[in-house]
Amino acid sequence: MSMDVLMTLGQGPLPAEMGPVTLYHYLFVSAAMFCIGLIGFLTRRNLIIMFLCTELMFQAAGVALVAFSRFHLNHTGETFVIFVLTVAAAEAALALALVVLLFRRKETLDGTSWTELKG
Amino acid sequence: MTETITQLAGLLEPVLGGVLATAGSAGSPAAAGAAGAGAGPAAGPMWAALIPGLPILGSVLCLLYAVLGIKNKLPAITTVALLAASFVLTAVLFVNHNGQPQVVHLFNWFDLAWGTGKGEHLLAGFAYYIDNLTLLWMLFVTGLAALIALYSSEYMSHDVGLGYCRFFGAFNLFVFSMSCLVMGDNLLLMFLGWEGVGLCSYLLIGYFYTKPAAVAAAKKAFIVNRIGDLGLVLGVMLTFVVFGTVEYAKLFPMMAAGLDGAGRPVADWVTWVIPALLTVGAFGKSAQLFFYVWLPDAMEGPTPVSALIHAATMVTAGVFLIARLYPLYTLDPDLRVLTFVAWSGAITAFWAATIEMAIFDIKRVMGYSTISQLGFMFAGLGLLSPVGAAFHTFTHAFFKATLFLGVGAVMHGFGGQLDLRRLSGVAWMRGFGLVGVAMLIGSINLSGVPFTAGFFSKDMILAQGFTTPNSMIGGASWVAWLLLITAGMTAYYTFRTYFRVYAGPKEFVPGDDAELLDLGRHPKGVSLDEWHKQHGHGHGHGHGHGDHGHGGGHGHGDGHGHGTDFKSSGRVDFDPTTEEFDPHPPGFAMKAAIAACMVLAVLAAGLYFVKAPSLAGSEHGGWVGSMVHNSSAALHVEGLGDAGKAVEFRGASHTTQSFLGLDPHAVMYYVSAGVGLLGILIAAYLHGPKGWQGLFIGSRTVAATSRADGLANLFGPLTTAARNKYYVDEIYNFVIRVPLLVLGHVFHLIDKLLVDGLVNAFGRAPRAAGNAARVGQSGVLNGYAVGMAAGIALLVVLAFMAMN
Repeated sequence: MSMDVLMTLGQGPLPAEMGPVTLYHYLFVSAAMFCIGLIGFLTRRNLIIMFLCTELMFQAAGVALVAFSRFHLNHTGETFVIFVLTVAAAEAALALALVVLLFRRKETLDGTSWTELKG
Repeated sequence: MTETITQLAGLLEPVLGGVLATAGSAGSPAAAGAAGAGAGPAAGPMWAALIPGLPILGSVLCLLYAVLGIKNKLPAITTVALLAASFVLTAVLFVNHNGQPQVVHLFNWFDLAWGTGKGEHLLAGFAYYIDNLTLLWMLFVTGLAALIALYSSEYMSHDVGLGYCRFFGAFNLFVFSMSCLVMGDNLLLMFLGWEGVGLCSYLLIGYFYTKPAAVAAAKKAFIVNRIGDLGLVLGVMLTFVVFGTVEYAKLFPMMAAGLDGAGRPVADWVTWVIPALLTVGAFGKSAQLFFYVWLPDAMEGPTPVSALIHAATMVTAGVFLIARLYPLYTLDPDLRVLTFVAWSGAITAFWAATIEMAIFDIKRVMGYSTISQLGFMFAGLGLLSPVGAAFHTFTHAFFKATLFLGVGAVMHGFGGQLDLRRLSGVAWMRGFGLVGVAMLIGSINLSGVPFTAGFFSKDMILAQGFTTPNSMIGGASWVAWLLLITAGMTAYYTFRTYFRVYAGPKEFVPGDDAELLDLGRHPKGVSLDEWHKQHGHGHGHGHGHGDHGHGGGHGHGDGHGHGTDFKSSGRVDFDPTTEEFDPHPPGFAMKAAIAACMVLAVLAAGLYFVKAPSLAGSEHGGWVGSMVHNSSAALHVEGLGDAGKAVEFRGASHTTQSFLGLDPHAVMYYVSAGVGLLGILIAAYLHGPKGWQGLFIGSRTVAATSRADGLANLFGPLTTAARNKYYVDEIYNFVIRVPLLVLGHVFHLIDKLLVDGLVNAFGRAPRAAGNAARVGQSGVLNGYAVGMAAGIALLVVLAFMAMN
């Protein structure tokens, strides 16, 4: 197999002028998602938004894993992503419940209102 | 009680059996002596170990009584019985002794070898060396200890209970330690005893531990003695280094031959460094020269303790040490250390005598008098008269104990009154007749009135002083002159006390321990008028009980009953100078002990005229002379007095000095008698009461004043200085204590700032770091996330850099 074929991850016909979709495209998307999540987490104060940002970072990692899995033609990354999704689902349930409880305490979603937890 | 006696009897049975067996077998001293002349000293009878053994048993029993909470006089009964048994054993040992040294070996105490060569094996047995010098000392130590224990049984009766057990426990421990000191067959056991008596002295001076003055005095005695003991320890160590052994039986032949452990002639430095170091120890224990300051303060202890430890026995340990190691002291051809001892003894004697002539506290007078008499003994040793020194130690033990017990009876009877301006005519008061007689006998002994024991012993030292050539002991005749003057002063101050306190019109002010002594405000130095102004009212109730005035007072006679009456009837117009305060006369036990001491003090004079049986060969010094000549302290050569051996030793000619052109041995009796009587006459003129009691030249009619007051004023500042003990304590305070205190503060600062500073810095550093890092912990979630992200970014960057 030529290198070009190896770099091509998409299947089926694609517009010829765009060229093939390669690993770099997936990784770029993944990096973009991670950066958006990171910046969101660092800059926002709303607990739910922050939580969403962490999920975004999670999924960015997932995209990269799947991309590499496909690239290497094995299933390790995909399997790992399945587990990550499961954990993320459980974690989402827990975290949202926590956010609800925190909101009930202070009637606000602002994360800075909990600075007294610094000890 | 009966149990104890049964136990005692059981314990003594084998002993008595042994005594009888020995008495039977020692029929021919000559044969035993021949056997003893072998390689080492003959083995002594094992039961001799009970002489120190019984007192230590008593000490343990007293501890047991204290644990059991015995509240009667059982400790005293035990102590008197055991000490009397110890004395009887000593006497039996003495009677059976053939004059040759014997060793009773119990067990090996130290047995350390770090090589096979000479001087690499330290062997010191728990063994007792019994020779005539040992016996001489043990006879008066155990004898007086038994008598004074009897006296204490009454004197301390206010404290029956725990205090009583404590007192007699320490008392027994003292006798044990003193026995080890005197009987030990090596320098280490001697040192054990030396430290033991120091400890007991500390315990007993500080017996009234609630009284700050007593506690301070105890500490002072202990600390001053430590300084001296340092010299002693170094001396013992050097002795071992040089001679390779600490056992007397091996040391004496080497010293006599002038050879060290390796068989070479001893080096020059050995002949003066070791004796000088030992002398420092002796001076500390015997309160000589710079070390005397602890002894007057030691009078804070109960009077029986002062009598036994601080007058008769412990303080003579220094004399014993030098006499015991006399072969070492005479090794030096120039006799440098002995010259120093002679001079310092005489100077101490004179110095203390000047203080005594001025102070008013009769117990302190006795304390300084002891220092002064110890000075005589040291001068005797230094003037090559170990016989004179030992004889004076022996006689002094009895008459000074008599004097102390008499003073104790006065303290006991007059509520701790010690000021001779507030007591007069005590001898004529009901119940005090015996005390008066005892004090008179003690005083004539101390003054050196002819035909008393003190006369003979002091005379022997004085005569020797004028006999010893100046070429051997530098300035020996000057030392003797100083001693002669001191002898006159001794007679004066002794009879000053006697005429003031015991003779004359009956008059007294009771002391007041509870109010004054306990608070450290002794009425010393306050005139009688002032005292009346301050305390003129309501003093009937205040009389304590001697130096033990802690309010107990049960078991005493009517005198104390009166006190309660005054108090309960609320009489405030009590005049302390009248006889409404009923002096409390000594009871049977105290009287018996005083009488026994007095009789012994008188009989001691007879020792000058008898000789120890089985001892031959000396015409000089009587019984003590024959004892000493047959021991390590011997120096005697026929016809030359004690200086003989040293003269021969130095190869010098047999010339002797003279006393103003006369033979000192012939005229010294008359000279010293004259000086003593002159001192007494001066005392009678200045202090004696009007009439025959003042020998018809006295004029005193009241207690408080006498002709001497004008004389004291004449000397003004000198009297004040002497009365304040020449401010020696203050000088020591300023020269030694204050610099040490300043140095201590400086070191404290260094410790605080430098050492603690460093340690604290190590402790504070993490805290400071934590404080610095604390600002990073804001509690804002995003802040932490930034930190995390930055950290990861940093790692990533580093990873990249590492890869490229």
